[in-house]
Amino acid sequence: MIGRDLLCIDDLTREEIGTILETAEHMREVAARDVKKVPTLRGRTIVNLFFEASTRTATSFEIAGKRLSADVVNFSTRSSSLSKAESILDTARTIDAMDPDAVVVRHNVAGVPKRIADVLEVPVINAGDGAHAHPTQALLDLFTVQKEKGRIDGLTVAIVGDIAHSRVARSNIAGFQKMGAEVRVAAPPTMIPAGVEALGVKAYPSVREALDGVDVVMMLRIQLERFAGALFPSIREYSATFGLDREKLRYARDDAIVMHPGPVNRGVELSHDLADRRPSVILDQVRNGVALRMAVLYLFSGRPPGQSALDGNSGGD
Amino acid sequence: MTPLGDDPAHTPARPAHAPPARETRDARLVLDDVAIGRTLMRIAHELVERNADPQSLYLVAVPNGGVPLARRLAANLREIADLEVPLGILDTTLYRDDLMSRSARPRLRRTEMPSAVDERAVILVDDVASTGRTIRAAMDALMDFGRPKSVQVVALVDRGHRELPIKIDYVGKNIPTSPEDDVRLQGEGGAALPEEGPLSVVHLPDARRVRA
Repeated sequence: MIGRDLLCIDDLTREEIGTILETAEHMREVAARDVKKVPTLRGRTIVNLFFEASTRTATSFEIAGKRLSADVVNFSTRSSSLSKAESILDTARTIDAMDPDAVVVRHNVAGVPKRIADVLEVPVINAGDGAHAHPTQALLDLFTVQKEKGRIDGLTVAIVGDIAHSRVARSNIAGFQKMGAEVRVAAPPTMIPAGVEALGVKAYPSVREALDGVDVVMMLRIQLERFAGALFPSIREYSATFGLDREKLRYARDDAIVMHPGPVNRGVELSHDLADRRPSVILDQVRNGVALRMAVLYLFSGRPPGQSALDGNSGGD
Repeated sequence: MTPLGDDPAHTPARPAHAPPARETRDARLVLDDVAIGRTLMRIAHELVERNADPQSLYLVAVPNGGVPLARRLAANLREIADLEVPLGILDTTLYRDDLMSRSARPRLRRTEMPSAVDERAVILVDDVASTGRTIRAAMDALMDFGRPKSVQVVALVDRGHRELPIKIDYVGKNIPTSPEDDVRLQGEGGAALPEEGPLSVVHLPDARRVRA
């Protein structure tokens, strides 16, 4: 995978996702050490190119890079509209001229990481673009489920919230389906994208039906500032109908886990109690996110010596 | 040249009984399971003999081959000296010096270090020593876990071609090879390396031809 871009889950085969998750498992061991740093990417440079504010994802990538001994440079800028596409590409080319070994890109407009990847030779890792994709979030969610459940294949996952505007939902639908899980979504009709069933996803108008017998409940963050009053009548009504509390969780399997990409609107999509305690695994997702991003940087960063992208392990001595 | 590698007890090795696997068609048996068992018992005795404080021993296996060997050494130490020696597994992949020159990143293997290495006499256990680069990587990895009192190296086979100033303290058997050869620890009769059970060391002259 050296030198390849990671723009969306569809860039990966099921086997490659398996390799990434297995690598992340070993990276967890590094994170559990007293000295949480290995010399693997010493002398390599990773640029976090963030056009949209994101403390969490940027920090996660930064820690991941530093634990592998890479030099991590954070470049944040507030150019947010597509009309500035040329200046975005100029910025990317400028960064590229400084010879990084991977560029991590976030932008609030879908497709910008792809445009940047098209002009750069160095691998581009998408850290979230508009409502399009957030592949490392989906991979860390897959990793978390795998660790919790011991498998992904054959599980049922319900995603609840603003499916239509969520890159997290989009990438997770692709990721969980690819790994053999059944995915359901539940949201008010205004938040379910047209044609979602064509993806093989069953849409439910109520949380109770959607949660019936599921192994994993994934709650999405409601963008209060953007949607209050437009997509649903009131926050209180949304919370009563689509927010998750222990009462509604009873419809899921007894051993179901609750996930959330963070930050949680406490008392809106998730009750205070569930935000902090099992069966929610929100902080495990964060912890796993660092290990998963270490795995991605290990496997993808650098320019390939040849054109071969085959993985393998020849023994050494 | 250390005399340890030429223990007459297991040279010459018994002849191979025509290994069935096609991959090992040209393989020459270097050590069979009986010879490996005898060698590891001798090395266990040497470990006790050469370490004034055998209570401080800590076996650390380099995966994959070092793991079953270190397990047997631990059992031998229990048998001959009534010692309960901790057994760790240390993957060296993240410390390799050739990661950036390879076309693909190698798969990681497991690391399990059950107790602290500080003040311990750490015994690195590897199956086949050659360039010394794996041992260099293992030493760097070890230092990230603490400050051992000493580090010593066991290798079941030393095939030569050292590229770094690394000494193998306990050698099972020295064998002459050419750089293109492959020497590997595996199961009996060409089987994959088992976690437990019979082992053998084979010498594949011209590994490129056999692999192709």
